[in-house]
Parts: sequence; C-alpha cells; structure tokens
Amino acid sequence: MTLADEPEGTKRARPRRPNVAAATAAPAPGAQHAAIAFELDRLEVHYGTFRAVREVTFPIRDREITAFIGPSGCGKTTVLRCLNRMNDLIASARVTGKVSYHGIDLYGASVSVTEVRRRIGMVFQKPNPFPTSVYDNVAYGPRINGVRGRAKLDALVESSLRSAALWDEVKDRLSQSALGMSGGQQQRLCIARALAVEPEVVLMDEPCSSLDPIATDRIEELMRQLKRTYTIVIVTHNMQQAARVSDRTAFFTAEADPGNGNRTGLLVEFDTTAKIFESPTDERTENYVSGRFG
Amino acid sequence: MIPVDSPAQQAEQRATPLDDFRPRSRARAAKNALATATFAATVVVLAVPLALVLWSVVERGAHVALERFPAFFTHEIPIVSRRSGPGMGPAILGTLLVTGGATLISVPLGILGAVYLNEYGSASRFARLVRFMAMVMTGVPSIVMGLFVYMVWTIRFGFSAFGGALALACLMLPVVIGSTEQMLKLVPETLREAAYALGATKSRVVVSVVLRAALPGTVSGSLLAVARAAGETAPLLFAVGASSSYNSDFLQGANTALPMQIFGNATSVFVGAQDRAWGAALTLVLLAFLVTLAARLFTARFATSGSR
Repeated sequence: MTLADEPEGTKRARPRRPNVAAATAAPAPGAQHAAIAFELDRLEVHYGTFRAVREVTFPIRDREITAFIGPSGCGKTTVLRCLNRMNDLIASARVTGKVSYHGIDLYGASVSVTEVRRRIGMVFQKPNPFPTSVYDNVAYGPRINGVRGRAKLDALVESSLRSAALWDEVKDRLSQSALGMSGGQQQRLCIARALAVEPEVVLMDEPCSSLDPIATDRIEELMRQLKRTYTIVIVTHNMQQAARVSDRTAFFTAEADPGNGNRTGLLVEFDTTAKIFESPTDERTENYVSGRFG
Repeated sequence: MIPVDSPAQQAEQRATPLDDFRPRSRARAAKNALATATFAATVVVLAVPLALVLWSVVERGAHVALERFPAFFTHEIPIVSRRSGPGMGPAILGTLLVTGGATLISVPLGILGAVYLNEYGSASRFARLVRFMAMVMTGVPSIVMGLFVYMVWTIRFGFSAFGGALALACLMLPVVIGSTEQMLKLVPETLREAAYALGATKSRVVVSVVLRAALPGTVSGSLLAVARAAGETAPLLFAVGASSSYNSDFLQGANTALPMQIFGNATSVFVGAQDRAWGAALTLVLLAFLVTLAARLFTARFATSGSR
C-alpha cells in the first residue's frame, strides 16, 4: 500500500509518538476487504501551464472514510475535485492520467458529467446553502433529477435531514430561510442536500474548517454513521480529525517540480490511518504528522 | 512564537497610566470632524436640487391633479387647449402602453443578453464587444434613438405606440443588460458549484440558481430603467406622433403620452394648458415613484423569504 519506495531499513530511529490521541481509534474492522471505489492512476492536474499535482496513484475503497491530509497548496482539494469532475468548471484546468470509479473511466467519452456528480456528491469548505427555504434546499437535487410529487419529496427531505442529524432541529421551520441557521446547521443542511440525491460517494472538502468544535464533533459523528452506506473522502487540515474519523489516509505535500521549479503537489504516502500516524514509512509523513513540518 | 517586548519597552508601556484614553493627536480628531462635515455638506448640496424639483412640481401640480379627484386622471384631454380643467386620462394610458411595450421588448432581451455575457460568453471576444457596445449605447442621447426609430420604422409604417416602445426599448436595453450582468456577477460561485455538485446541467444552474438568486436585483434594476424611460419625450415625438386621444391599437396610428402632453401644454400660451402640464408632470413623478416603490417592495420580499 505504501507508495514511497524507501525500504523499511533506511528509516531513521523511531520518531516520538505523533501528538494524536485518537490515532488508534480509527481502523475499521474488515477494512482490508472493502472493494475499491476509485482507482487513481498517474493523475495530473494543470491550471494553464502550472502543474498543480503530479502523478498521483492510489485506490480509494468503498464504504470507508479516506482522508487527504497535507500542508496548504499540496493539491488535496484539486485531487478531490477530480473525483466528481468539479475541475471541469475551471476553464484553465486540464486533467491527465486516469480516474476510474468501479472500473469506469470517469473522464471517458461516454460518461455524462452530470450523472457523475449526481452519484458522487460533494460538500464544500464553506456552507453554501441556496438562499431559499430549508425544504427547497434539500428538495433541489431530487427535483432537478426528476423526482415529482409532494409526498415523495416530503419523505426524501425528511429522511435526508434525519441522516444529516438535522431533522429534529429544523422540522418546525422547513419553510424558513436556510440563511438564518447557524454555520454548523448550514453545513449539515448542505450534507442533507447532498444525501437527498442518493449518491454513492460523498466528497467533503474541509467540511469543518469554518465550524466550532461542537459542530465539528457532530459532523464527525455523522461521517461515522454515513460510512455504513456511503464512501466518504474528506480533505482536512486538521490531523486530529483525520486520525479520529478516517480508515485510510493519504498524505500529500508540495515540492519543487523537477522540470521548472514551481511547487507542485504530490502524494507522499497512502496507508491505513493507524499506520500513517503511528509508523509512517516516509520521513516527510513522519515530520508532518508529528508536527515538525507544515 | 509570540513576540515578547524587551524589559525597557515594557517599562515604557507601563509609563502611560491605564485610565488615560485621550487621543494621541488632536490633528486626527480635527481631520475626522472636517471629513464628516464635508460629507454632510455634500449630501445637503445633492438634496437641494432634488427637493426643489419635487417642491415646484407638487406646488404647481397638486391643485391641478387632485382637484375633483380623480377627474384629472380619468377625463379626456380638452380639445381646445385654451380651456382650463382636467384631464390627462389618455396620456396616462398612452404612457402605460408605450412604456409597457418597451418593457416587454427590452427586459427579456436584456436579461437573456446579460445571461449570455456573464454565464456563457464571459471573456470571449464577441462578449467583450457586446459588453462594450452596450456601454456605449448607455450614453447615446434619447433623441438619437428617436431619430433611429424614425428612420427604420416610422417612415415606413407611420406613427404608432409600437414605434415609441421600440425607441424606449433601445434606451432601456443597455441599462437592463448592465444592471443584470452586475447582479449575475454578484451571485457567489459557491452557489453554482453547489448546484453542479448535485448533478445539475448548466442551463438548470443558470435558471434555478443564478437567475433566482439575482432576481431581486434584476427586477429592481429593470424597474428603474422603466421609470427612467417613462419620462423620455424626444423619442416619442419622433415615433408616436402628437395626438391628444388614446389609441388602443398598439401597432397603428398616432398616440399620446404624458411627456408629450407636458411638452405641448407647457409651451402653450394659455394658463389652463400650463396648469395641465404641471398636473401631468406631477402624475409622471407619481408613476415613477410607484414603479420605484414596487421595485423596493419586490426586492425586500424576495431578499428575506424563501418559498416552501
């Protein structure tokens, strides 16, 4: 699983234990046998002539939480946005290499980008509810995907809000504006909105970065519940969060491009979260998770 | 690392008593007072002409327009202009017809154009050209628009409310395009992304997210363009002709409108006609006020509530 070529023997003395209390809590039983959802093969993204990430190759497993960690500018978010082709929206972005989902090339000619995004949902860094009611926010996805009928929509809205642990707080104010809610509620609303289209994967781009610790805790609890049904990929700046919730962790960093000297993101190491945080193979990972870099 | 002051610096800081919050320089306070006074004076200077215009229109128009209410707003325009008395009914209808027609032509076109410019064309050469032309068009005098419509329409098909609507639409179009594009630009990219991430197509995103979020601003921008166009006189003189009775046929025959009645009556030598001009002026101001008020109410309603 480890991508760095460094043999075990070259490792320096065992580092001091990473300052991550919950690191041991993560590994999921049976995680080793999970099917592969995404396969990234030498994925590269350019913005214009600037190479943002280079040669990223690793698998993401079905019904697990995979965390992307690393310092700012290392391409975590860029890689995440390749998984449901959100990078297509950026005119200058060019994706090369291969991203396959259950064996299908997501960038293949016969693939509909809207269908990709319906099945692979996304929650963004800042809560971004539509400036409409709570109900209309959740019902938006189902409506544009052809769900008609009041009863059906009502049921879908309720079940999505329940899955996002928000139903009890908003059931009496479904017709009120979503913009009147707190930041944590808005983010859970965005999760509910993503779940309402019944996706298979939920991509989360630093979903807790604008939330307080209590709201963060609720979202993390939510992720643990959701992974029974969904594949979750989360980008986070918060190493403790990665250690607490994820089954596997991919560590990215930014280094000078051998070609032109620009800083380019690359994958350093990918392994189970326990391995990454307790006995990483690569020295750079070790420095990062122990807080000596980044 | 939190920077730590040297002991000397710390001692220096302690030298100032903690209960002393007087400003460190008097010049700051003086500058502040001067700037505040300048801004306040500017507001007053700006408000003076506005207030004077409103006052003279109300003072001279109110007794004409409100005498035996609502006679002035409903009665026919006297055929013999020497006679005093109401009313302006046909001119009000004519203004509504011409301005309404102009709105129906320019608002949909302008909104579609702005959607193209902001959502589809954006930085393309064609879009930049169109944006530039719209900007130039904003500065074209209304009489030039009237002449243009006179050349391409009125000479061939004669006077009509439609010709006037066409001229006003030409005036409104760049305003609608400009204000709508500004509103579309203000819609945060994160909202578009949210919709795309749910599997929405581009057209769906534009209609259900972008236009919806921009709706209040778009509507108030358009209504301000309407209010502005309702008072234009020159293009109507060219295209609508000078009748004193309302003609319900939009496409054929001369018509009337408030600005033209103001012009005609105010230049008359008879006091009765001059009074009617002031009444008509007040009516036009009231119409513009109503349209602006509607824009405000609409904006407030949509800005605060979502519909279930």
